[in-house]
This record gives sequence, structure tokens and C-alpha cells, in this order.
Amino acid sequence: MRVRARFTKTGKVRFISHRDVARIWERALRRTELPVAYSAGFSPRPKLHFGLALSVGHESCAEYLDIDVADELSDTDVSGLPARLSGALPTGMVCTAAAVVAAEDKTSLQEAVSSCTWRLELAGGDRAGASAAVEALLAAETVVIDRERKGKTYVDDIRPYVRHLELDAGDGGAAGIEDGAVVLLADIGTQPRALRPAEFVAALGAGWTERRVRRLAQWIDHDGERREPLRAADGLAGWERTTACAT
Amino acid sequence: MSTVWPLLEPLLARVERPARYIGCEDGAQSPVHAPHKVAWLLLYPDTYEVGLPNQGLQILYEILNERDDAVAERSYAPWTDLEAELRTHRVPLFSLEHHRAAGSFDVLAFNLSAELTYTNLLNCVDLAGVAVRAEHRGDDAPLVIAGGHCTYNPEPLADFVDAFVLGDGEEVVGEINEVLARWKHAGKPDGSRGAVLRELAAVPGVYVPSMYDVVYDGPALVSITPRHRDVPALVEKRTITSLEDWPYPRNQLVPLTEVVHDRLNVEVFRGCTRGCRFCQAGMITRPVRERSAEQVRTMVRNGLQRTGYDEVTLTSLSTADFSGVADVVTDIMGFADNVSVSLPSLRVDAFTVGVAAQLQQARRAGLTFAPEAGTWRMRQVINKLIREEDLYAAVEAAFSNGWRRVKLYFLTGLPTETDEDTLGITELARNCVAIGQRHQRGASVTASVGGFVPKPFTPFQWFGQNTVAELDRKIALLRADAQKSRGVQLRWHDPKATLIEGLMSRGDRRVGRVIEHVWRAGGTFQEWTEHFRIDRWLEGLAEAGLDADWYVHRHRSEDEVLPWDHLSAGLHKDFLWQDWQDALAEVGLPDCRWTPCYDCGACTGYGVEHVVASAVPPAGGSQGTGQDLGSGHVVPVELLGRRPAVSGSLS
Repeated sequence: MRVRARFTKTGKVRFISHRDVARIWERALRRTELPVAYSAGFSPRPKLHFGLALSVGHESCAEYLDIDVADELSDTDVSGLPARLSGALPTGMVCTAAAVVAAEDKTSLQEAVSSCTWRLELAGGDRAGASAAVEALLAAETVVIDRERKGKTYVDDIRPYVRHLELDAGDGGAAGIEDGAVVLLADIGTQPRALRPAEFVAALGAGWTERRVRRLAQWIDHDGERREPLRAADGLAGWERTTACAT
Repeated sequence: MSTVWPLLEPLLARVERPARYIGCEDGAQSPVHAPHKVAWLLLYPDTYEVGLPNQGLQILYEILNERDDAVAERSYAPWTDLEAELRTHRVPLFSLEHHRAAGSFDVLAFNLSAELTYTNLLNCVDLAGVAVRAEHRGDDAPLVIAGGHCTYNPEPLADFVDAFVLGDGEEVVGEINEVLARWKHAGKPDGSRGAVLRELAAVPGVYVPSMYDVVYDGPALVSITPRHRDVPALVEKRTITSLEDWPYPRNQLVPLTEVVHDRLNVEVFRGCTRGCRFCQAGMITRPVRERSAEQVRTMVRNGLQRTGYDEVTLTSLSTADFSGVADVVTDIMGFADNVSVSLPSLRVDAFTVGVAAQLQQARRAGLTFAPEAGTWRMRQVINKLIREEDLYAAVEAAFSNGWRRVKLYFLTGLPTETDEDTLGITELARNCVAIGQRHQRGASVTASVGGFVPKPFTPFQWFGQNTVAELDRKIALLRADAQKSRGVQLRWHDPKATLIEGLMSRGDRRVGRVIEHVWRAGGTFQEWTEHFRIDRWLEGLAEAGLDADWYVHRHRSEDEVLPWDHLSAGLHKDFLWQDWQDALAEVGLPDCRWTPCYDCGACTGYGVEHVVASAVPPAGGSQGTGQDLGSGHVVPVELLGRRPAVSGSLS
């Protein structure tokens, strides 16, 4: 059976890499003695399937991981997983939900997710300037930038990736926002190739640089609606706009 | 004391691998600082990836934090990109636990394991905002302390380090803390720094270089003598009598980002008595002190459970010598699925390969042996008494058990080495390839060759190291020979780096000026090939008016005063000299664990004795001693469970 886990990556651990995160999960799963399925062959590896990579330095309230489990787990086992796993993860990584993935659902997280909501703290201008940049980007038919992949430069129109963009209403006193920072909320597409926050900031215009960046949600399009791969535990509505993740 | 984290955080977004600066490891502590607690910053003067696994620092980290009157945090050398950011933005070196400024600690305590890290020590002290030269530090400045194997010749760093600690740190660290706690409690009054250093000098195992006068006669060293009556003329190393009493680290640090030796490490014994004459570690860590098999099993079981690691290494010198190693390995393999066990230091014999086969059920990529020299004559000189049959049997066992690659470690530039000895390296490798090809068509053998650096407190401490030109010539001989030999791959170390290691290894206090010059010229991370530049060292030597030839390449005579003669690793100097003469006469010396005592001094001088669980040598015949010790005659050694006498009842 396959179990999906949702987790956060905030604070100091935002500086660890995607590969480090994978290794941390392997150790955490061994510590909790969850019966993870292993690959066959000379070097058996635990069968873990990670979603979209998060850039080093960026935070997230909504990371996902699919775990192939060798034995069937009871409902109680699954409901207890977030607490068990969180206890084996470092400070800043908290497992906020876990659920069994339906057997017929064969789509990988990377294929299934179509967009992410980001909270971007920017430096390089004031609120009025940011507002103008946002309006200009939304009004443009095309936004062409140079994108690098595998050492080569490609010219892409990234406008279709920007599904929603707004200047944060600005609760100036929120923790973590330094004076002078401008905060954007953006829904950015991930197909066919996820637009990275750094590329988005570059597209916003010269002079803007990212400060703190946090992924607030990942979305799957489903019958014309969007839904999260896994909701964080109930009773935590409204967390998307706060600086703290639901835990 | 405040944290520098808010200043550091924006810099981390701009540097390579920022995860190495955040701490947050499993096992990391969050000690609460207080006015009555001595604050230690434990530093490894190399990158986080190299330094974090250091077991010595991890042991002290736990012992200090268990005390009511001490706190300990850790730091490592920042890579050059972060160093540039720190200097530009005037942010000091910091600890990883609370990201406190390094200069706010009472002690900066370094582990010194490699000579080429010396300039990094200076750099870390400077980044802490502390004066690099000890004489310029005021009463408020942290004390700079160093321990580790390199401190058996501390003289090159004597101008920069306030106090060195020789030997096992488990007990002495507490004694040092008590002295410092009193000093801190008294408020470190004006002018008290000299007094506290003098008090430290009276702690057994502690060497305070500023308390000694050094006299030279031209290039020659005449004497290093204490300046005060209460300062010892001879500083003896510290030795813990029982490893069993110190089951540390209890909570090995599990880093969030990949480091070297990224696995559970459990030390199974300390010390080695094989007597390899080139090996400083084997000489200075005597006697052998084994942990009981039961404690090893417990530490492995708990460690795997707590850390989630899927690999454990049993650490020691020559690990296959651990009593009952095969049984312990079998037990560990039974604890959990998908756990691999490794022994870092394999003996060269078929028995050992059998154990290795048991460990590595799955991945049998490469196996490493260290015959160290290419001919039997040369191996008698260095007392690595492995016969060719031993090596071939081991290699045969490896390839027939499914290993595809064998790696062999060798030294070149050894005493009395002839070109025939040097070429014996490729000859052995060729023969091993031939054995391998009987089992596997693609069998290959890598011969890794390092230039020999004579070390203090070994019988080779009198030997003049080969010049760079001579080492280059020998490597060229080997390369030409290896090119003719299919399946033999040759790797070698840069002889220029070997020269500088030699300069640090046996240099005296005057060499400190060269270290300072190289550091001021920007020469950090000298053990990293991309940063090592010989020209800076040669400039430094020239500027200090010192001659590398005299320090490195010259043979010493028996009556010469050596820069470490006022220190003791327990070994009698006449034992070492006799062993040097035996080496020149090609006379081997069997392992004293299973043969009568040679009175090297390491046991008798301190009233300690080998602690091993088995009085008979392990199975497997020669055991690398070149002698048949397998018949199992019992020799008098102390067994675990009967604690050795604390003082001198032994003869």
C-alpha cells in the first residue's frame, strides 16, 4: 500500500537540499520502524517518492512524500503517523498529515501537481512599485525570459504559468516580515516544467530580489476544481496567509 | 549572550551548501549558558563535512555538557565563500548550536588531526576576533587549547595556542574545566591569564608552551625547559585505563547534510601494538584497551535505533584484531534487516576477508588492504610483517567471494628503500590482478601510494624524509611500470604537500612563522588540493630564514635534542632508538599483545596494561606478524573484567 505524508520545512532547515531531505526521511522512517518497502537488487533502497523539489533556502508548509509500505497498516496506524514521524524529524520539519493513497491512483506527485501557491517577500522597491509590477505582469500577453536548464539557456514565455498574483493585504506586523519588505502571493504553474520562484521574481522586473520565500500550498486540478494532495489536519483554516505553517 | 543568526541568515542564501552552518543535527545539544559555567567552543579546523564525524570532539561535547559547571558548543572552519561574506559584513565565527559569537566563549578547543589544517586554526582564531598570537591575548580573550594526534609535536603551533593536551581527553577535560571554572568565578581579574595558564600547566597531560624557555644554537635546538619550578620538565600523555567506563558518544550526532563517515561509528578498542614503525597512531595510543563485546553490541543496537542509520562502522586501528570480532559482527547483522557493517581497517589475511564477506552480503564493490610496502625486506624494515602469501590469500578470497576491485595502500620514501622495493609495489599489484583474473575477467587493482612522513614518537623520527625530487622520481618509476601492467591503476599523493606535512611533523617553534606567513597570504584549507600552493610555504620559509632541508630531509642522530623531547607518549626513547636500529637491520618485532613485553614504556610507565577479552591471538595463522601464533599458546595479558592496577605493581 502507498501512504502519502505532508510535511513542513521552515526555519533553519530551509537551508538543506532536496537530497538531504530524502536522506532525513529514510532515517526517520527507519527510526519509526514503519515497514517501508525496499527495492530488489544488490543495493536495496526504500521506495519513497518525493514531490516537486524545493530550492535550498525556501520554506514550505506543503511538501509531500509518497511511501510504499510493505505491510497493510490499520486506520489507527495511519492516523498516528504524523505524530510518530514528526518525533523523528528535525526541528522545522513537521509531518502535518498522512493518508492512504487509493490503489487506483497511479499518478506521481510530480505529474499530478499543476500549481503551487507561494508567499514571496521581496526587496528592491516599495509597495507602489510592486503594485505596478504586478499589474504590468498580469496585463502582459506574453512575458519572455531566459531560463536555464541543464546548462543551456532557453527562451520561454512564462506568462501562462502565472495563474494568480496579488500584493499581500499587508498585515505589517506579521512575524518575519522586515520593514520595507513587499509581500506577494502567487499561484504559479508547474506543468510542463515548474516555474521556479527565482525565475518568477526575475520576470517581475529588474531590481526585485527575493528575501524569504515560502510554498504555502500545492494544487492538483481535479474535474475543474483544484484540491491539495492532502489537507493538513482540520481546524487550521486560514493558515495559508500566516507566516506560520499549520502543524 | 546574543546570537549572530540574524546577521548570518542573509549570508547563507549566497554560499555553497549552507546546510553545514545551521546545526540542528540529531544529537545536537542546546546548553544553557550561565556565569558559573565554563563555555567551551569545540572546533575542528576543516570543513563541517570533514570535522563533524570526529569522534574525539563528539566525546568531549557530551562529557562537558553533562557537567554542571560547563557548556559546550561546536564550530567548524567556514568555507572560503562564507569566510569572505563574514569578513565583508564583519560577522564573527559562530557556534552551530546557538549561533553565538566564537569570541564570547571561555575556551576555543581545537582537534588537530592533520598537519595541513594548521593555517585553518589561525584563521578560525582570527575569525573569532581573537588575537592570533597567544602573547597578544588579554585576560578576557578565550583560551585557545588543542588536542589530538598532531599535538605530540605541538611546537610549530606553540606561538598561537595557549595550552596543548596530550593523550586521551575523557578525564583531563574535566580537570581543565575545574581550573577554568575557578578563574571564571573569580571574574578573570586583570593580569590573571598568566596565573591560570600556570595552573593549567600543573594539570597532568597539559603543556603550556609559554611556560618553557627554548634555547637554540644556530639551527640546532639545545633545550626546552620549564620557566618555573611547578611546571613539569616532562609532560606525560593521559591514558584512560578502561574504555568500558567511557561509552561515548552516547548520542552520536546525525547531520542533516551529507558528511564523510556518514554512519554510526562505535569505537571497539583504542591503541594498537602491531608495532608498525611508520605508524604514529599505533605508537602513541598504546596500550590496547578493548570494549567488551557486550557493550559494543549495546552501543550498536541503541545507536542504530536512535539514529536511523543503516550502516555501522566498528572503529579502531586494525579492527579485525578485536577479540571475537566475527561473533560480534554476526550478532549485529541479526539486529536488523538492511544494515551493513564495515571495518575501516582490515588486516591482510584470508580470515579477515571471511569476516568482510559476512558483512557485505550485497554490495561487494571494493575491498582495501594496506600492505604498505612492496617487498618482504621493506616490510621487515617497517615491521608490517605481512608475507606475500598472506596478501595473495586475502586477494584470492576477495575476488572469489565476488569483490570486483581491490585497493592496496602503500608508502614510498621509506627508510632504506631501493628502487627494487619501490617497484615491488607494482609487482604486488600485478600479481594481485593475475589472481583476480582467475575469478573475474575485469578484475582490477588500485595501488594508492603516499609519500612517507616521519612522525614524532615513532622509531622513524630520526629518519630524513625523501625530497620532493626523490618522491617524484619514485612515482615516475611506478607510473611507467603501471602503464605496462593491464588492470593496475596507480594513485599517488602530491609530494609537495608531503614536504609541508614533514615540515609541520618535526618542525620546532620557529616554523610557526612560516605557518603565520602562509595564513596571512591567504593560504587556508591547505589539505584541499585546489587550495594548496607550495610557493606560499617556500616564501614563508625564506622570509623566516629557515631551511626545509634541515627540518625535513636531514637524518637525526641519537643525541640530537628533538622538539618533542620535553613531552612523553610513554615510549622510552631508548626503546624507539633500538627499534630504529632493528629496522635498519631488517629485524621484525611481533605484536606484544600475544608475546612477551618489550618494555616500550607505554604500559609500565603508567601502570596500565592491555585490556583484551581473549588471551589467545585471533584465528588465521600469521595474523600479519609473520609468525605462527595460531597454535594458541596463552600469554599473560590482563582480561576484561579484571581492571588493571592503577599504579606500578607491574614489572
